[in-house]
Amino acid sequence: MSVRVQSEPFDPGKELSQFSRLVSGAGAIVTFTGVVRDEDGTLDHMMIEHYPAMTGPAIEAIEKDAIGRWNLSASLVIHRYGALSPGDQIMMVATASRHRAHAFAAAEFLMDYLKSRAPFWKKEFTADGASWVTARDEDEDALKRW
Amino acid sequence: MVDVVYFAWVRERIGVPKETLETNAQTVAELVEDLKAREERYALAFADISALRVAVDQELSAFDAPLAGVREVAFFPPMTGG
Repeated sequence: MSVRVQSEPFDPGKELSQFSRLVSGAGAIVTFTGVVRDEDGTLDHMMIEHYPAMTGPAIEAIEKDAIGRWNLSASLVIHRYGALSPGDQIMMVATASRHRAHAFAAAEFLMDYLKSRAPFWKKEFTADGASWVTARDEDEDALKRW
Repeated sequence: MVDVVYFAWVRERIGVPKETLETNAQTVAELVEDLKAREERYALAFADISALRVAVDQELSAFDAPLAGVREVAFFPPMTGG
């Protein structure tokens, strides 16, 4: 179980190699990488703000919940904050388990909860100005399936 | 004395990221009413409480949460991580 909140970019390939070495007996590894969309070329950049005192503990609580629900040998969450451009990696989730069903489900669970329960806020900057990204009802609804 | 922190557009509307306040409020909801009565910028930021979330000592809470012994209250819009 590992959580990293950082402004620096990360290399998903390297992260996967390191994670794989840690969990050599797992059998199944699932990773998800979130990338900044260019919104049809309109997005110049985005700023991600977070609540430093709460972010780490909130993500750790979500990971602990996932470990209680599925048989995971390891999990990793990386989430960036600060200025990001289209194409930049925002975040990454990796899960390892003996069975792929557990690894897939836990990764989806982590993603759903990171979206709505980890204290990050995105502001998008376009040629027309800046606006805060609003949470979508579907994202809140997605939590109900767990 | 309680530290109050704001994020995203709540921070922008109130104009500061953090402040330490003297209040007689017993709950988060009472703190909101106290702030709204102080200045227009608070009234604007807290106009629609359903658009806001609150964390008490870094844990998501309800607006009727008590403030006794609380060190930090945070107000922010629904989170948009991931």
